[in-house]
Amino acid sequence: MIKFFLMVNKQGQTRLSKYYEHVEINKRTLLETEVIKSCLSRSSEQCSFIEYKDFKLIYRQYAALFIVVGVNDTENEMAIYEFIHNFVEVLDDYFSRVHNVFNVMLITL
Amino acid sequence: MPAPIRLRELIRTIRTARTQAEEREMIQKECAAIRSSFREEDNTYRCRNVAKLLYMHMLGYPAHFGQLECLKLIASQKFTDKRIGYLGAMLLLDERQDVHLLMTNCIKNDLNHSTQYVQGLALCTLGCMGSSEMCRDLAGEVEKLLKTSNSYLRKKAALCAVHVIRKVPELMEMFLPATKNLLNEKNHGVLHTSVVLLTEMCERSPDMLAHFRKLVPQLVRILKNLIMSGYSPEHDVSGISDPFLQVRILRLLRILGRNDDDSSEAMNDILAQVATNTETSKNVGNAILYETVLTIMDIKSESGLRVLAINILGRFLLNNDKNIRYVALTSLLKTVQTDHNAVQRHRSTIVDCLKDLDVSIKRRAMELSFALVNGNNIRGMMKELLYFLDSCEPEFKADCASGIFLAAEKYAPSKRWHIDTIMRVLTTAGSYVRDDAVPNLIQLITNSVEMHAYTVQRLYKAILGDYSQQPLVQVAAWCIGEYGDLLVSGQCEEEEPIQVTEDEVLDILESVLISNMSTSVTRGYALTAIMKLSTRFTCTVNRIKKVVSIYGSSIDVELQQRAVEYNALFKKYDHMRSALLERMPVMEKVTTNGPTEIVQTNGETEPAPLETKPPPSGPQPTSQANDLLDLLGGNDITPVIPTAPTSKPASAGGELLDLLGDINLTGAPAAAPAPASVPQISQPPFLLDGLSSQPLFNDIATGIPSITAYSKNGLKIEFTFERSNTNPSVTVITIQASNSTELDMTDFVFQAAVPKTFQLQLLSPSSSIVPAFNTGTITQVIKVLNPQKQQLRMRIKLTYNHKGSAMQDLAEVNNFPPQSWQ
Repeated sequence: MIKFFLMVNKQGQTRLSKYYEHVEINKRTLLETEVIKSCLSRSSEQCSFIEYKDFKLIYRQYAALFIVVGVNDTENEMAIYEFIHNFVEVLDDYFSRVHNVFNVMLITL
Repeated sequence: MPAPIRLRELIRTIRTARTQAEEREMIQKECAAIRSSFREEDNTYRCRNVAKLLYMHMLGYPAHFGQLECLKLIASQKFTDKRIGYLGAMLLLDERQDVHLLMTNCIKNDLNHSTQYVQGLALCTLGCMGSSEMCRDLAGEVEKLLKTSNSYLRKKAALCAVHVIRKVPELMEMFLPATKNLLNEKNHGVLHTSVVLLTEMCERSPDMLAHFRKLVPQLVRILKNLIMSGYSPEHDVSGISDPFLQVRILRLLRILGRNDDDSSEAMNDILAQVATNTETSKNVGNAILYETVLTIMDIKSESGLRVLAINILGRFLLNNDKNIRYVALTSLLKTVQTDHNAVQRHRSTIVDCLKDLDVSIKRRAMELSFALVNGNNIRGMMKELLYFLDSCEPEFKADCASGIFLAAEKYAPSKRWHIDTIMRVLTTAGSYVRDDAVPNLIQLITNSVEMHAYTVQRLYKAILGDYSQQPLVQVAAWCIGEYGDLLVSGQCEEEEPIQVTEDEVLDILESVLISNMSTSVTRGYALTAIMKLSTRFTCTVNRIKKVVSIYGSSIDVELQQRAVEYNALFKKYDHMRSALLERMPVMEKVTTNGPTEIVQTNGETEPAPLETKPPPSGPQPTSQANDLLDLLGGNDITPVIPTAPTSKPASAGGELLDLLGDINLTGAPAAAPAPASVPQISQPPFLLDGLSSQPLFNDIATGIPSITAYSKNGLKIEFTFERSNTNPSVTVITIQASNSTELDMTDFVFQAAVPKTFQLQLLSPSSSIVPAFNTGTITQVIKVLNPQKQQLRMRIKLTYNHKGSAMQDLAEVNNFPPQSWQ
């Protein structure tokens, strides 16, 4: 089950956050900073799945933007990884203005 | 009042803020504007203001004052208002707010709205944050919508139903009829959400699970269509048709097929087909394969299929993509218990993963390697694991070290190899070794008798250079204390013996004592080691005496106590010293929960000690007696629980040693085993079980008759018996001393001795005065261990002051009832 979905930039500013379970508002910012810290410290050779407390984090980097999904144990990590990319493609198709920005990102994949 | 700015403007403004403080300022200004706008009840701009509020909420600022506004927006007729209103409700409201119940009516109306989009909004919101009351009220509407023909609504209704079931599990039956036709849909959206709904129902209720098993053929068919169908632009992801649906169906099949032979058989073909036909060049294909492998492992599949699954995992391991390797290692870990041999084939690849750069992969590989170690591959694996220990991150070292110890213990091919391995671990990761490993190691070393010289030599060399790693130093100090004579005599066969003088050994031990890096426990080990060497070394006894006396005034109470006791050994009891400091016997391995295990000492070193303990004549603790008389050799139990509080043991039990001279049934000197080399291990478990875990006094007294052991001169001593339920060889005797004369008996001391085959423990008495005229008694507990179930006999000695004169008496007790010792 997906617990949360975040889009955070490299400086740690949250661009989008959606929580599927109630988390206190002050805990949210804390969670987001910790999550982005663990994602930023990874190099490109390392795998995209991190174990964090009792979640698994699956993240993907698109240029300066990190998309992080937190799931519980029962999810298939690779399917979620695909799902993130699917989401980005949907955004790309739907908001044509961001096409150029995402185009660059898609090419780099 | 100028029109409030649009959301886009706000976002742009906030992004220009360069510091956190600037951003906060901007947001506060905007919040104030929004608040005043809300107060004015401005309908036109309400939705814009709420949108801005939601954005600020997402950034982490409080936005609770917008909740009521959301409700007003929901009640409005405009679609744009409703949209923002519902979004706001989903983000800002939840069960904890009282306001949310006001929404119920609005949602109910909207669920019956003419426009499907409004209905969709209402369903979304209900499915996101509906509380149990709301769900109960609106479940009927949701169920109705589940049966409609509009696929847009059906899929949303299905997801809403999932949420309703999570909140109110009793309503599950309500949705059962609606699920009948769900899988007949063509629309993938509906299919997907229906599968989610079915999965949720099956997970929650075993009845539903049994009911839905009949759907397996239908699911298999859908899956087959997905795989076989050609290119469909709507659902294509990198060449595979709707992988998300495929994964969901596989997961549902897994749940349905678990523990059920028929369903598993029905699935076998399709699983094999998916496994062989899916393209593995892209991540999508691998995701599907992964789910398939998980399903195969979980259901009752035939062995051919399982082998196929493990081979797929093996192929994953060789893949360049680290995500896939991680996933493969995780699944192999799950399957290694059941399909051990199949996984063994991939051992070399797994061991290679230990060298990977990624932390998650390394951890998985390490766990898997430990699971794969067996008698055949121990040497090779251990080499790899030791190399890994050297180079891994600190967070792994503790786990790795413990794992290595366990594996070495189980599969060690030879004692020397075992000790070498332990030495290697101690030197590379010494400070990360767990505390309980030290006693285990010590026990292991004592057991390998022929390796003592080699071990002590290696340990000595190890701490010569560096004595900062505490567990290493502790083990080394203990061994040097025990086997120091072997060290200086240069007797090692296995290795080139080194020339060490006694002074050098003492130098190193003293530097450990002085060093700031040594913990209190390590210092204790070192001091005791030095003391033991006083009997093993010949020319440096004076030096040892000096060291010991210096520490008699140490600030650390533990060290001070030891030093003073050892000092006393030198001064008053020099004749006892060699006997007390003899070599430790070979210890039996005792597990930490060992109240039921009896530790046997190795018979040949000394006769079973004549354990007697002086009850304190006055506020004297018996703890020093505990230390000096290590009753049964060591074992790895928690620290000493003294039978009485510790206090300054200044006058070491003088009475103690008189006893050992007098009462002596065996005729041999009461050679107690070496004193607490480690105070932690001086209390044997079985004698403690009465104190700590299972008070023996809780055991049902088995109705053993009590006896009068002694009755003379007005002093009567009665024995009452109890047998421990947990340990049938232990008898607990409670003695009660009463005085029928007209004067009190003061300074009453009770001592007891038993024959060679028994062991005895005397706990402290309730007092030392037996009041006159039977007005009170002294109670004391004796525990007797009788492993050979021989007839219990006891010799007792009583000393007391009565009518101004000291009295003393010896007696033998032979009238123990048979039930007390059989």
